[in-house]
Formats: sequence, structure tokens, C-alpha cells
Amino acid sequence: MRLAWLILRKDLTVEVRSGEIAYTTLFFAVACVLIFAFALVREGKPPEDGAAGILWIAVMLAGNLALGRAFERERQAETLRALLLAPAPRPAVYLGKLLGIVVLLAAAEVLLVPLVALLFQARLLAHPIWLTAILAAGTTGFAAVGTLFAAMLVRARSRDVLLPVLLYPITVPVIIAGVRGTAALLQPELEVDIVRFWLALLIAFDAVFVTLSLWTFEAVMTD
Amino acid sequence: MTAGGRWVFDRVTVEDVSRHFGRRRAVSRVTFQASQGQILGLLGPNGAGKSTLLSLLATLLRPTSGAIRYGTLDLRHAEGALRAHIGVLGHDLFLYPELTARENLAFFAALYGLRDANAAARAALDRAGLGDRADDIVSSFSRGMRQRVALERALIHQPRLVLLDEPFTGLDDASTVALVKRLRGLREEGAIVVLATHDLDLAEGLLDAAVFLRDGRMVHSATQPAALRSTYRTVMTKGQA
Repeated sequence: MRLAWLILRKDLTVEVRSGEIAYTTLFFAVACVLIFAFALVREGKPPEDGAAGILWIAVMLAGNLALGRAFERERQAETLRALLLAPAPRPAVYLGKLLGIVVLLAAAEVLLVPLVALLFQARLLAHPIWLTAILAAGTTGFAAVGTLFAAMLVRARSRDVLLPVLLYPITVPVIIAGVRGTAALLQPELEVDIVRFWLALLIAFDAVFVTLSLWTFEAVMTD
Repeated sequence: MTAGGRWVFDRVTVEDVSRHFGRRRAVSRVTFQASQGQILGLLGPNGAGKSTLLSLLATLLRPTSGAIRYGTLDLRHAEGALRAHIGVLGHDLFLYPELTARENLAFFAALYGLRDANAAARAALDRAGLGDRADDIVSSFSRGMRQRVALERALIHQPRLVLLDEPFTGLDDASTVALVKRLRGLREEGAIVVLATHDLDLAEGLLDAAVFLRDGRMVHSATQPAALRSTYRTVMTKGQA
């Protein structure tokens, strides 16, 4: 955990200084929501249940952008090799990068949630604890798979194309559970069992893919 | 080799090591040994397998066949613990351009578990002669200055095995002299230094042993090598029609 924490702190310091990933991710996510708002909101009436889908589409697309750039930075100066040379289990490197992506996406969500709520007149903030849980679990699952794939593809020439091609099919369960769980929160009467079901699915996905990624990262990065 | 059951890292032994990438043989059946207090040079043209060998020694790659021993320890055992004793200066410098020199060195010192990472970074910057530029971001440095920071990054945890890939590339005369002096200092401190270089003039007089590589194969080796340039020319052209 010490190494993961160090990598997270370093990534955040670099990001605060350059703003490269944060600005592009946030700009892209906000642009995405605005385009959907212009396209779908007619005479001030948003589509029913559209907010949940649009929130998650924006998070996923922005996440894809952040994932690619996070490892591109490590590739440019070959610093990924320096991290892999550290005398610690290599999965700690994965964990550090994963935490960095989750923090960045959480920052994007802090901006996106009120924006989507406002533009699509959605009651997104009616159940903040449930929403935070759904977003945290969904973001972690998406980032868990994405971080592993981004690391695997770091030396591939067509990594920018391959990342979404590999990432989206595998994270379909996260997208479905995230959208359905969030949509359940938007109903006038909160059905806790439904929200709990989708949240449990997301947590199960997280457990499986974080474990798998930690298990395979060493082999993936060594050869 | 072992003292009271304790691991003593006094040499690195490469035994019949091959490394293939698909059908391409980057390194083929290479054998050599480097001991403490010795600077061993890996010499050869581009594509000879020098960088692959350094990656194998650094534990970044695993051999397809053969074995690498660090003292009595095999690569397959305690890889993480082993890496605490290896320092690598790559052709790329492994530095974050957005961070200051101090932040870079403190990060790597902490990564290697040094108790006072900031003090270690300060000392390393003084050794590099960059104490007054400690808080400047690395991207504002010249190539020579970055190389000095990178060398101190590689040595910040006082490794037993120091691996350097083309360390003289892009350095001016003053930086080159400083680097040669630092490498000689490492030899006196008892480190095992393995460096890959094209610069035969600099290697001459610096190396205690040399391994000549061509197309991934070891074509010659020498201890206390002299007349490197003519030896290089001879062994590299031998057998080539």
C-alpha cells in the first residue's frame, strides 16, 4: 500500500502541475453532457430516465481518455520501467495507477452530477449516499479493467484504438448496472431493493476484476 | 559466497542466457560474469542485444532459457528484494519532467524505502552539483543536467549492481568527465557496474572487462581489455562474408 500511495501522490502532484488529464477529461465530459442536452432536451423537457444513461456515458468516455493519457505519461519518459524496478510487489504499481484514475474520475463526477441534474431536471442529488455508492463502485470497476488494459497496451502502436475496443465490451455489466442503479434513484419512490441489487452487482464486478488484475499485472508487465 | 547463511551479492553471473521475442532471438546463449569492484562493458553495434541483456539483468525481462544469478541468488527467487540492490540508468532517463529535481529524487528514494527520502534527495543533488537547481522542474534542465539527476536517481539507494545503457550519449566534455569519475568511484566502493556503450574511446581505460555482442550472440570477451577499437573491428567483422 505504501508504494501505491506514493504513486498516487506523485500522479496527483504531476496532474496539479500540468493539469493535462484533468482539464481534457473534464472538458470532454462537460462537452459530452452539453451535446446530449442540446440534442435531447426539447422545449425544456428532457427524456424520461435519460439522465442516468448520459451521466454514465460521459463518465465512461472521459475515463477512456484519462486511462490512455495516464499511461502515455509513464511511457514517454519510460518511467513505467522505473516503477517496475522498485523493490515492491508489482501489483502495487497497478493499485497506485488505479487509485489515480479513480480520483480523477471522481473529480469529473463531482462536476458532472450537478450539471446533468440541472440540464436534465433529474433528482440525482435526492439520495446522495446511494448515488455516491453506485458511482464509486461503478467507477472502480471501470477503472480496474481500464488500468490493466491501458498498462498492457502501453507499448502497442495502436493503443488508442485498442483500448476502447477491449474496454467497453468487458465493462458492459458495469455500464448496465451503473445506469440501472442510477435510474432507480431517479424514481419518485425509492426502491431500495433494486438499488441494492445493482450496487451488489457492481461490488461483485469490482471484487472479481480488481483481484484478477492484481493477480495478472506482474506477468503482464514482466514480459 | 554466503556468510553464515546470509546472501552476499558479490557478483552477477549470466549463464547460457537466451531471450526470444516471438521468433526473433534478441539474446542467444550468452555467458559472462561481473564481480564487485569491476566495470564490465557490453559492446556491440545497434541490435546486438545490449539493452535486452541489461533489461534481463534488471529483472524487467525474464530469460527464455538459461539463468542469471545474483551472488548465490537466482533471479526466480526474491525478485522484489533483489531489485532493492539494482540501480538502472536507461537510455531514457526515467525522470518525471513535470516534477522538480528534488521531487523526482525524493519520490524514487521513497520508492526504495529510504527512511528520510528528502535528506537522501538533498545529498544526491549535492553529489550531482545541482543543489542550487533543486526546485527547478526537470524539463527546464539541459540533457547533461538531466543525465546527472538520472544517475543520482539510479544510485540513490546505493545499489550493488549498477546497470547503465549508453550513459555517455548527449553529454558534453565536463559531464562526461564527471560521469567517468563517478563510475570509478562506484568501482572503488565495490559496486558491480555493467554498462552498454558505443563509445569505445571512453570505454578504453574505464572497463575492467568487456563482452562483445553481435546479433544477440557473444562473439568475444576480454578482461582488462586494451586496444578496444581494433579488437572491436576484428571481432565484429570475423565470420561476416
